[in-house]
Amino acid sequence: MEQLTKDRFKTEEYFINMGPQHPAAHGVLRLILTIDGEIIKDVDTDLGYIHRSIEKMCERDSYQQIVHLTDRMDYLSSHINNEAVCLVVENGLQIEVTDRVKVIRTIISELTRLASHQLWWGVNGMDLGALTTYFYAFRDREKINDIFEETCGARLTMNYNIPGGLMFDIHPNFVNRTKEFITHFKTKLPEYDRLLTGNVIFEKRTMGIGVLSREAAISYGASGPVARASGFASDVRKRHPYSAYDRVNFEEAIRTEGDNYARYKVRIQEMWESMKIIEQLIDNIPEGEHQTKTNAVIKLPKGEFYQRVETARGELGVYINSTGTKNPYRLKFRSPGLSNLSLLKHISVGAKIGDLVANMASIDLVIPDIDR
Amino acid sequence: MTNQEIQNIVGSWSENLEFTEEASQFLNVTLPKEELYSICKKLKETPELDFDYLFCLTGMDWGKELGVIYHLESIDKKYNIVVKVKTEDRENPVLDSVCDIWRTAEFHEMEVFDFFGIKFNNHPNLKRLFLPAEWDGFPLRKDYVDEANMVIK
Repeated sequence: MEQLTKDRFKTEEYFINMGPQHPAAHGVLRLILTIDGEIIKDVDTDLGYIHRSIEKMCERDSYQQIVHLTDRMDYLSSHINNEAVCLVVENGLQIEVTDRVKVIRTIISELTRLASHQLWWGVNGMDLGALTTYFYAFRDREKINDIFEETCGARLTMNYNIPGGLMFDIHPNFVNRTKEFITHFKTKLPEYDRLLTGNVIFEKRTMGIGVLSREAAISYGASGPVARASGFASDVRKRHPYSAYDRVNFEEAIRTEGDNYARYKVRIQEMWESMKIIEQLIDNIPEGEHQTKTNAVIKLPKGEFYQRVETARGELGVYINSTGTKNPYRLKFRSPGLSNLSLLKHISVGAKIGDLVANMASIDLVIPDIDR
Repeated sequence: MTNQEIQNIVGSWSENLEFTEEASQFLNVTLPKEELYSICKKLKETPELDFDYLFCLTGMDWGKELGVIYHLESIDKKYNIVVKVKTEDRENPVLDSVCDIWRTAEFHEMEVFDFFGIKFNNHPNLKRLFLPAEWDGFPLRKDYVDEANMVIK
């Protein structure tokens, strides 16, 4: 009898495709899961559905043109991506941009980070079954997009940076609207907490799920909130300050639990810190030019250049190898998403399919950033 | 520790290393490919260097040689070093994998294999990362030609 029951209820492993058009993947990512019942035994990733060979295109384009391609990598951090390329070119040309440019870049970078974290908060709740978060987040994110639209004409792929400074000066309303937004969002961010943070269902879905140790985070090249939730102080703004980050006070959000809940809390705290940074700068935007003149044809000197910036997802690196011509000989983007994705298998094997969705939400993947 | 002191430590491990700081903000070291794995392991495991963070892994085509550039950082000590390795064999380039030293290398080596065709010994899952498996050629090589899909100015 016992043998009969065993035979009848024996389980076996099988494959299941998750994606490439899965609503919880936030993009065209295909995961090939090996599962036994609902337990994940293996995760294989199949990438490239949205690969546009940006690195190859960069070898063909001028340095001004490259800036525009970077918007289309991590589209939620478009301003910060632009900044990375501009900084590396300015560094290569030995141009010093004005203080005004540095401060404006920093303010808009932080607004970008806020908008990105808001979107993440909305879809993170949605992935776990809480639909309301999405509407809360988009209500507030819209205000940031409006500020961007007024200043540079675009809401998402901004192209506001150019090598040497900014495309144009800020809109006269920029300072007031940013301050209004900060006042508004300071009353709304505690609502985010009331809605989701202490929620019992949410805590059960995130606490102790997807645990990543500090050693593994470093070894997998994790960065951004994913690394900081595991106790790895990876913030480029602190480690290698650029633009105006060396003149503002803010705390690096660090937790040590390494689970989905810690990654959630890190991002919530980062939103507070971003507002703190903006508040310190917004009233004291220095006077000055918004552009430093560069040659119409930019030629970087022969050599190798590297610049790291902190996007909303982690460390973006730009490596340029120049032979002295008007195009880079080789340009490589070290995208935070690819390294963060590589640890998905590590934290998901042994978990259930529902937890895999929670893990993906907490890593905050943007697929075009991974595929490039 | 200054770059010179790092160079002194690393330079004492082997006679075939070539150091340069010219035209780069980091200390660069070029290794022969036979010593890639052993030197990388030492870079990670020597306590006074402790290069535990591989923050960028770049495939490279220098025209004559193919190779890989590793950007390394020590998290606690904040040192940086750039390791370069080259191979002249363009038909069948093979290097040792470093993915059991830094696990992030697994995906990035797949990317290098995809775009440059460099194979990595001891890689657990070497396949094309982005392009379809049946893709012909390695697009980021300088001699790659695809008249149908490439816009050449």
